[in-house]
Amino acid sequence: MAILEARGIVRTYGQVVALDEADFTVEAGEVTALIGDNGAGKSTMIKILSGTEQPEGGTILFKGKEVKLSKPADARNLGIETVFQDLALCPHLDAVNNLYLGREVKRKGLLGALGFMNRKEMKEGSVGAFSELGATVRTLTEPVGSMSGGQKQSIAVARSASWANEIIFLDEPTAALGVVQTKNVLEMVKRVRDRGIGVVFISHSMPEVLQVSDRVQVMRRGRRVAVYKTSETSLEELVGTMTGALDEEVA
Amino acid sequence: MSAQTALAHELLDTPRMSVWRRLSRVQAAQIVIVLVVLCVIFSIMAPDAFPTVFNLRSIILNTSIFAVLGVGATLVIITAGIDLSIGSVLVFSSVIGAQVMGAMGAQGWGAALAGTIASIAAGAVWGLINGLLVAKAKVPAFIVTLGTLGAALGLAQVITGGIDLYEIPTVLVDTVGFGNVFAEVPTLTVIAAAICVLGGILLHKTRFGLYTYAVGSNPEACRRVGINVDRQLIGVYVISGTTAGIAGILSVAYFQQTTIGGNSMTALTVIAGVVIGGTSLFGGIGTIFGTVIGLLIPVMLQAGFIIIGVQAYWQGVVVGMFLIGAVYLDGVRRARAFKGSGKKSKPLQVGGLTLRGKEKEG
Repeated sequence: MAILEARGIVRTYGQVVALDEADFTVEAGEVTALIGDNGAGKSTMIKILSGTEQPEGGTILFKGKEVKLSKPADARNLGIETVFQDLALCPHLDAVNNLYLGREVKRKGLLGALGFMNRKEMKEGSVGAFSELGATVRTLTEPVGSMSGGQKQSIAVARSASWANEIIFLDEPTAALGVVQTKNVLEMVKRVRDRGIGVVFISHSMPEVLQVSDRVQVMRRGRRVAVYKTSETSLEELVGTMTGALDEEVA
Repeated sequence: MSAQTALAHELLDTPRMSVWRRLSRVQAAQIVIVLVVLCVIFSIMAPDAFPTVFNLRSIILNTSIFAVLGVGATLVIITAGIDLSIGSVLVFSSVIGAQVMGAMGAQGWGAALAGTIASIAAGAVWGLINGLLVAKAKVPAFIVTLGTLGAALGLAQVITGGIDLYEIPTVLVDTVGFGNVFAEVPTLTVIAAAICVLGGILLHKTRFGLYTYAVGSNPEACRRVGINVDRQLIGVYVISGTTAGIAGILSVAYFQQTTIGGNSMTALTVIAGVVIGGTSLFGGIGTIFGTVIGLLIPVMLQAGFIIIGVQAYWQGVVVGMFLIGAVYLDGVRRARAFKGSGKKSKPLQVGGLTLRGKEKEG
């Protein structure tokens, strides 16, 4: 059974129909690639499933039960984390503080009640999180704003992965990265999946999709038009479905 | 596996930057050098008058009230906000404090204590008004605090008819105003130093401080992880108002009267000190230590100029140049730090007003 299932999601922006009764499913321990041309509704779907935006119609089922994700915290409480394209890191803070942002470990007793943090524990936790995912973070004490795009991406992914118990959404995690950095992030994606977490990632790179995903869901014009097992599909088929060329052939 | 462990060890072994290294990276370090150089120059030019206990005492005494204001101002500016109202809030708080003390007979510790509490509370209320308007009503901080700058001073004048209040308990003046804790160490300065230390601990060691930096660094990121950005901003403005209230009662104790007409430049002096001390108007960067040093410079310049016989008015000219230089250096440093990170530089926004660059989309 799917951990998360969206059925018949509708979302419009004025005259534009971003999602037109779209379906989407996330399975545990699988990497699901979400592909589609620009404007197909991929980002809108992720925003709705992460509680950032509200659907106008349709239902969302979490482990078979209907849920309402009216704010990001609702999704987070279910163990759903999202890495948006802008990464949402604080450039002036270091990797540790970014990783634990909003979930700082307090000290015990009175000092903790006064708001003092257990820096040592957070640092060790960060080292654990980064090394487990093979994140390419070279320093824990420099502001992340001075780091490379790949390192920042690693931190953002590691942050979400550390807190996600069920699902992690990645909106084009490799869009701005070089070859080596992309490889590292894809490696992280696999490691997160191997923990039993459902990973959803949006990508425009078909080789990447074929390399890392277990399943591909294709969206076009606000609808999910196809679901493929990655092992049983091909680049031509994916591109054809994305652009609608296959439909026309069938028609 | 072994590669992972090696990485883990390497990361864990990265020494926490030593205090000295961290300090050397902040603008405050360069400013300390400037301060020391000024000190040496004045001492050489006036060896009998400048490096004296009396002179140094008056320099730190004159910096003390500014430093208290500087604690709040630093926090606000780290959130990429601005609080122009602190001078007026100081006046308003001191008027409220003096009125309460006057009503209680203006004698004894009871009156002094009640006046102190009233003054601090009055400051906090103005801070709360500023904070609510900035965080909830989304009015740019520059405009909100420009408005309360006028409003707080205006109300202080309405309450007093524009005439300063002189009924201040003698005990307050003798201890806080002119007293020494020991030797030549003024009580006023000790109080100010304690507030700076507390402010520093709050800013650098607690989660509140971390969120202050975080909100100034990337408010959207804070919202995404569930930090209550509005509450943080309100808290920071309340602290700024509170420190202005504390400064109000200290000022009353020091001058033995309210100073309704004497604080029109106070906010700008403090903000200049904060910025000279390395706190970035862009938000996300700043230290209380830097602010204290940044505030000492104008006071020391003034004292030095008077002693060596330069017109004291030159102080304004020199401080102005320091201020511009400090912001220029901040810009250079930011450009260097974030170069090649693929991120366009944030538009220069001060208190919600875009001064340079495009408004961020989305």
